[in-house]
Amino acid sequence: MANQALGAPRLTGPQPVAKPEVVSSSRAETAPLIKAGDSRIPDGIFHGAVLSCGVCVLGLVGVIVYQLVTKSALSWHAFGWKFFFRSEWDPVNEQFGAWPFVYGTLVSSLLALVLAVPLAVGVAVFITEMCPRWLKGSLAFTTELLAAIPSVIYGLWAIFVMVPLLREYVEPFLARYLGWTGLFEGTPYGIGMLAAGIILAIMVVPIVSSITREVMTAVPQQQREAVLALGATRWEMIRTGVLRNARAGILGGVILGLGRALGETMAVTMVIGNRPEIARSLFAPGYTMASVIANEFSEATSDTYLSALVEVGLALFLVTIIVNILAQLLVWSVTRGMPRRSNA
Amino acid sequence: MGVGIKVEHLNAWFGKTQALHDISIDVPANHATAVIGPSGCGKSTFVRCLNRMHETVPDARATGKVRMGELDVYNGTAAVQIRRRIGMVFQKANPFPTMSIYDNVAAGLKLNGFHDRQRLDEIVERSLKLSALWDEVKDTLRKKSGASLSGGQQQRLCIARALAVSPEVLLMDEPCSALDPISTGKIEELIFQLKENFTIVIVTHNMQQASRVAEFTGFFLLGKLIEFDKTEKIFTTPSDKRTEDYITGRFG
Ligand SMILES: Nc1ncnc2c1ncn2[C@@H]1O[C@H](COP(=O)(O)OP(=O)(O)O)[C@@H](O)[C@H]1O
Ligand SMILES: [Mg+2]
Repeated sequence: MANQALGAPRLTGPQPVAKPEVVSSSRAETAPLIKAGDSRIPDGIFHGAVLSCGVCVLGLVGVIVYQLVTKSALSWHAFGWKFFFRSEWDPVNEQFGAWPFVYGTLVSSLLALVLAVPLAVGVAVFITEMCPRWLKGSLAFTTELLAAIPSVIYGLWAIFVMVPLLREYVEPFLARYLGWTGLFEGTPYGIGMLAAGIILAIMVVPIVSSITREVMTAVPQQQREAVLALGATRWEMIRTGVLRNARAGILGGVILGLGRALGETMAVTMVIGNRPEIARSLFAPGYTMASVIANEFSEATSDTYLSALVEVGLALFLVTIIVNILAQLLVWSVTRGMPRRSNA
Repeated sequence: MGVGIKVEHLNAWFGKTQALHDISIDVPANHATAVIGPSGCGKSTFVRCLNRMHETVPDARATGKVRMGELDVYNGTAAVQIRRRIGMVFQKANPFPTMSIYDNVAAGLKLNGFHDRQRLDEIVERSLKLSALWDEVKDTLRKKSGASLSGGQQQRLCIARALAVSPEVLLMDEPCSALDPISTGKIEELIFQLKENFTIVIVTHNMQQASRVAEFTGFFLLGKLIEFDKTEKIFTTPSDKRTEDYITGRFG
């Protein structure tokens, strides 16, 4: 070793400081402190308790699905699986199809994500990486507070403030400059798919941004330093060292936000226009699955009508499941090849 | 080729507490220089001042003069530019877990806007060979993530990542403190080879390690540089009583 070449370095090992205390062994022989088997009974009770909680949840889902299926049998017999893709919704002639509602739910939710995700990630990046310390707490708290506002309040605000703004300024502007896309044409009513998407986006931002903030905070400081030490600028550091590491978690937050958007009823009903139509333009009114159930349940006079509404509920359930499966696949494809917990 | 580092009257603070007091030191080019001292004496702070990583800590600041070859580190050059010319290896291996082994090594070059595939391939291979990792990973370069390697391999991957940008100086902050003896041996061997072409500053807790790899050693205590000399001199006939107490294990 090289160290021999240096002569004899005066290195000595650590000196023992005190003798370890000798444990008396007599007590252990006479009365063992821990009796074998003692922990079995409480463990068994605990195990049973949590097991029954788990079974309860499964049972609950089972009952809900069973109810949805049996209560929609009438409509199922009348229209078959085509129910989900029919565009007619004519209670007078008892012709029912769920497609306009499926379409409305998907389009308004996706529109909400398109608007909300960049904003939410931007907010999270600002709060975790750039915000002066004195502003951090209050900004984080305010964003989270947005999630606690009841959706009917959002609906009211949308009707009295947002919709007039859309009608007077935003929609005419969009029609003039982006009308050629076909997405922004027709009469700017204010109320319609665009309004629903925007109000959903506002409701989704706090969810996505608080989760994004959590996962960004959880990215180890060493990752940031690794990128900085390579000569990265601040933005490169955030992109490579933070967002890239947090992307699976951010996707998880987006999925939760999407879940909220798919099921949101009140605020959407108040601004979407409630017309079972499919139009390319986002200015046109639409309808969602949750809204039609809430609005028409009390006036569903015939059995087939009622049964069709329950089947719309079944459709909402299925769409939610499918979207969640797709989202899981997306997360899986992003994290593929990575160790389960990347903490390096 | 490596360049020398000339540090004059360097002071560093974390908020109001001063972590380094008036450090002046001449780190010679193409040699390994060890920095030793008890925990909390400012070793990490010192090396982090050399590539201006110190100032990335909120409220931290530094004064004094650091010259790296022709370059004035604290005057007239952007921190980003400095860090591109100085490689750094951290105590805890920190490969990018979402990137493949290849992308980990290429990360620094890509940050610099370097995208020529063929040259990238060459540099990645050369860097991994330099860090003695090539044979172990050459078949899974693009398939495996940087975090899937063992601790010692991860640390060598980090060394490869630092070397890929052809730095003039390599700073290593206790690179072996989390590694087993075999990985430690490999990295020490590596340092031995690297110092022919790079200037290396290595912080270490392990005095045998300092004596094995470094020609020069600086002893820090409570934020002050107590003694800086040839490693042999420091470990055999130190001129300061405190250095002697430390290396004979009387404190620290
Ligand atoms: N991020 C920080 N914020 C405040 N004080 C710090 C920070 N990092 C280190 N210090 C302080 O600076 C001094 C030197 O620390 P450091 O350079 O990490 O020591 P070493 O690497 O020799 O163990 C210590 O007293 C430590 O408490
Ligand atoms: Mg340290």
